[in-house]
Amino acid sequence: MVEIVSPLEPDYHRGAHGNRDGGSAVTLSETQPGSIVQLAAWPGQDGAMRALVKTVTGLDLDAAPGAGAVDESSAAFGFAPGRWLVVDQIEGLAETLREKIGNDLGTVCDLSHGRTAIAVEGEKAERLLSKFYALDFSLAAFPVATAKSTAHHDVFTLIQRTGADRFDLYVYRSFARSFWHLLCASAEEFGYTVE
Amino acid sequence: MLIPCPYCGPRDLSEFTYQGDANRTRPNPMSNDQSAWNAYVYERVNTAGDHREFWQHSGGCRAHLAVVRSTLTHEIKSVAFAREVAK
Repeated sequence: MVEIVSPLEPDYHRGAHGNRDGGSAVTLSETQPGSIVQLAAWPGQDGAMRALVKTVTGLDLDAAPGAGAVDESSAAFGFAPGRWLVVDQIEGLAETLREKIGNDLGTVCDLSHGRTAIAVEGEKAERLLSKFYALDFSLAAFPVATAKSTAHHDVFTLIQRTGADRFDLYVYRSFARSFWHLLCASAEEFGYTVE
Repeated sequence: MLIPCPYCGPRDLSEFTYQGDANRTRPNPMSNDQSAWNAYVYERVNTAGDHREFWQHSGGCRAHLAVVRSTLTHEIKSVAFAREVAK
């Protein structure tokens, strides 16, 4: 496989930054999944596509808008009608899905090199993301494993809540470094650690 | 102004792109009827009140939506996926 190179690399500075009163309230990290795959079902094939995702990844998606599932090394969620993002730390998921999906269910688009995955974690994760997006990030409005698609200015972002205080963000890799600068600057007031 | 997207829920106007008046009917593309094409391209009802219009949730799920909005109050009266609204 072609090595996935991080667009954040020149500005990815591990360690503690920003406000040091009380330590870091947010941890930022690039999760670098081996596979980021977008699936789109033909009309009427939503259920069959979700069943196939379960067969291949073990992740159980229900039909509700934005429904998702997470386990230790993979995640999947709906982000639009009949569309899902499936993420795995293992490379080659797109080929596996493409073989199983064929031409009858829908389409498979391998975005592994096209998106950058950033995890925002910590007690101030909700507050930090609230500075970016006009969304309710409270646990009640945005339960664990569910996802939302939104945009910060022109940076289209898919956000999945992968823990009570953790969110995984997927942004276009060409915008990722600019987005990263803004994310770090916005996290300064809370104090943040880059892992 | 918030538009309640059928997939994403209520979202800020800035996530949406206006796609035009939904009150007009496109003539048959094979038609040479100049007045019908003129009406389709240029004539608008300019409603004061409930107005049918298309929007795209371009900064979200990217679905095309059929919206009824009051042009007097900006109240959104209904929203549905455009593909499900038979014209």
